[in-house]
Amino acid sequence: MAMQTVAQSESKQINYLNWKTTVASWLLTYDHKRIGILYLISISLFFLLGGLAAALIRLELATPKGDLLTSDVYNKMFTIHGVLMIFFFLIPSIPAVFGNFVLPLMIGARDVAFPRLNLLSWYFFMAGAFLATVALLRGGIDTGWTFYTPYSSSFAKGEVSLAIMGVFLAGFSSIFTGINFLVTIHKMRAPGMTWFRLPLFVWAMYATSLIQVLGTPVVAITLLLVAIERSLRIGIFDPQLGGDPILYQHLFWFYSHPAVYIMILPGMGVISEVISAFSKKRVFGYHFVAFSSLAIAIIGFLVWGHHMFSSGQSIYAGLLFSFLSFLVAIPSAIKTFNWMTTIWKGRVHWEAPMVYALGFMGLFVIGGLTGLHLGALATNLHLTDTYFVVAHFHYVMVGGAIMAYLAALHYWWPKMTGRMYPQSWAKLSALLVFVGFNLTFFPQFILGYLGMPRRYHSYPEEWAALNLLSSAGASVLGFGYIIPVIYLVWSLKYGRIVTERNPWGARGLEWELVETPPDPHNFERTPIVTRPAYDYGHPEEPTGFVPKPRPVVVGGKDG
Amino acid sequence: MASYTTHHEEGHEHHLVPVRVYSWTLVALLVLLIVTVGAGFIPMPIWLGTVVALAIAMVKTYLVMAYFMHVKFSGKLIWLFAAAGFFWLVIMVIFAYADYITRPWEPVPGF
Amino acid sequence: MSVKEAKVLEREPAPTHIEHEGILGEQFETLDQQNNAYLIGMWAFIVQEVLFLGAIFAAYGIYRLKYLHEFTLAHKELDWVVGGLNTLVLLASSYTMARAVRAAMQNKHGRQMLYLTFTLLFASVFMFNKYIEYSKKYEHHLIPGRGYDAHTIVEHAEHKELLEPLPDGNYKLKLETEKIVTPEEFKQRTQLFLGFYFILTGLHGLHVLVGMTVIGVLVGRAYIDYKKRKPVADYMPVEMVGLYWHFVDIVWIFIYPLLYLIGR
Repeated sequence: MAMQTVAQSESKQINYLNWKTTVASWLLTYDHKRIGILYLISISLFFLLGGLAAALIRLELATPKGDLLTSDVYNKMFTIHGVLMIFFFLIPSIPAVFGNFVLPLMIGARDVAFPRLNLLSWYFFMAGAFLATVALLRGGIDTGWTFYTPYSSSFAKGEVSLAIMGVFLAGFSSIFTGINFLVTIHKMRAPGMTWFRLPLFVWAMYATSLIQVLGTPVVAITLLLVAIERSLRIGIFDPQLGGDPILYQHLFWFYSHPAVYIMILPGMGVISEVISAFSKKRVFGYHFVAFSSLAIAIIGFLVWGHHMFSSGQSIYAGLLFSFLSFLVAIPSAIKTFNWMTTIWKGRVHWEAPMVYALGFMGLFVIGGLTGLHLGALATNLHLTDTYFVVAHFHYVMVGGAIMAYLAALHYWWPKMTGRMYPQSWAKLSALLVFVGFNLTFFPQFILGYLGMPRRYHSYPEEWAALNLLSSAGASVLGFGYIIPVIYLVWSLKYGRIVTERNPWGARGLEWELVETPPDPHNFERTPIVTRPAYDYGHPEEPTGFVPKPRPVVVGGKDG
Repeated sequence: MASYTTHHEEGHEHHLVPVRVYSWTLVALLVLLIVTVGAGFIPMPIWLGTVVALAIAMVKTYLVMAYFMHVKFSGKLIWLFAAAGFFWLVIMVIFAYADYITRPWEPVPGF
Repeated sequence: MSVKEAKVLEREPAPTHIEHEGILGEQFETLDQQNNAYLIGMWAFIVQEVLFLGAIFAAYGIYRLKYLHEFTLAHKELDWVVGGLNTLVLLASSYTMARAVRAAMQNKHGRQMLYLTFTLLFASVFMFNKYIEYSKKYEHHLIPGRGYDAHTIVEHAEHKELLEPLPDGNYKLKLETEKIVTPEEFKQRTQLFLGFYFILTGLHGLHVLVGMTVIGVLVGRAYIDYKKRKPVADYMPVEMVGLYWHFVDIVWIFIYPLLYLIGR
């Protein structure tokens, strides 16, 4: 009883944020939620840096002449943009931030299976990021994010090997996260949380982790071989020394094509969560959506050769890869149609996460369908290395993955911070991102079709209007990304305080059984799950329950 | 089924493997070592030598994984993980080699 | 008492059996769950290793197809006797490792320590042989890089009548088929073979060294358990290191025939 009085006088409830507050308690934490926050802060920084590089690129391309940046600096800019955005933002984005934060909550676990490995993965990430940043500061590199040989191994000046080691370390950070999540999903599910009761985000994370574990080591060793070739001049990839540059492309894309699915699959998982939560309906065709994640992960490994149609790869291998590339469209379409059917006849709530999710669907469909143009051998030869490719993968990776990332951020923000952001600003920024994005990248489809090659800092006058449009759109897009940064940071101090567990009225253990913000140990006891995910049809039945109340109740709203 | 209740099906039973299983595995591995060295010196076409050497290495790998690494005495999940790595490596090799092997068939070199 | 202290105090400890005290991680419910998680985690790590090292084997295979003559001549520089001895030693170390895991499961700490020490001993023999091999390569200027020189390979191959210098300075390589290469090409391609040799055996050796370090720690732990006559110790670390060690053995099972033996 005495304790209860103390608790009431001190109104603040104990949660993972205020439990311990020293810097060391953050840097040495094994708590998956805190590690998620560490990742959130670090990748936001790289998103900012990569975004600045993108801004310079679009500024240069606003006019046909190369008047702002020299070609050399321009090359370094798009390399910085690519390396930072792909290896240090997109790949860790949803898995490392939201996977870490919500995955154990969703399956009713106290933590991931290997908390120390989890922290280690963040340190590997930071070490890799440090090396890459040093390489960029010491003059930068101009190989492009693909590090294509023999340019990267024999000719490129600058700290290529250092950047490669940075990517190598970040790769192992990704592998550790993958191993951790695989084991967590297999072994840490609460009693009653069967495979087909899992939220679809967990299925998506499982598929993502498979790719991380199966694919990343190959790119790690390949980049290591490039670094060895650079220092010892062994002709592994340089044809002048007897090597084979196409082998590099095979090994590189064996990972880097599935890596696209590392970026988009978790996004698809987020969209399943958000669409269902704001339509107040179970995801239509749960099993199909779940298995389509696995299908994308597996088929995604068999299509890498479509990046190499014009490289000198055998035409017969090209045929095979082209055919298999078309197969990936099937599970992706299954997902899209099932989301649409989920919304259909649902009670749609137009909250900010939902607006972002709808933006994802629009942009992802365009990105996915233009992928078919590139997967077809004949059209690919016309479109290879043009802005059509640039537009296509930005539609998938920015329009898809980053939209989903923002949807996730807005969806779980109240749970993570205990604060609510201003809805109207959030919806406005979602709209700005959608409009700005289309304005930036849709003209690039046309430019690419007209034959404008990528990776040049100047271009003929005839493409000036479309490029100007694209650069104008980029500035709108930039505003769309800056506004959330401002109001989210603002909300940390001034936003409406959220104390209820379930501000969205969503289903799932992380909303129904976990405090806002979560307790350091997530659940008082391991919960028991009794209902499938998204059981909106039975609002009176909770998804699960925590077996026994604690003997002494302290603090909080149940105090 | 809760994951806690299925541990025994999926996982690793804490039963001890008799010592003779380990000893016979070692003996088999050593015999195969002698066979693989011997096969290296029997005159045969190089491609056949490669196939034989790879086949013996795979048998040895099976023995090590099945008995020393206890895959044979473990659940399906372990078996699946043990197979997954090699299976994916085979996928990589088949698809990459598909390019190299079919290149000579192209109507014009560098088609 | 502050709220924080109260909160910490009233939080119940994880349901632990007395004999598992200090073994069960906070995030787990049962020891069975923890052991399974560790096992699967280790296997997932091995999956990762298979692809990490497997990619080099795949690349090696492609170049071997392409430069069969040069690779075959270069590989004759590797000492198959030392390589075979090393295979023997590693297989034996795998056996002792398996026995150490078995002893750990039985909580026979003394026996466990003994078998781990044997494993460490075999591993040291392996590394010593590697050192001998590497220094021989150094003497013959066969280390890839600036100092690389193929003349030893040329001499040996000429001696075995597998290589014939042509009047125009080129080499005719005579295996099942004949092939004419320039000395520069011959140098590059044999260097590529030795590059693969050093990358594969180097990474493998690195894995052996890491394994030896961890086994060394385990020997220390087993010694402490033995001295304290601890009735029950956590056998999972030994089992996991065992899995890793057997995997390192498997890598060598492929390196030995593919690099040292075929086309002997």
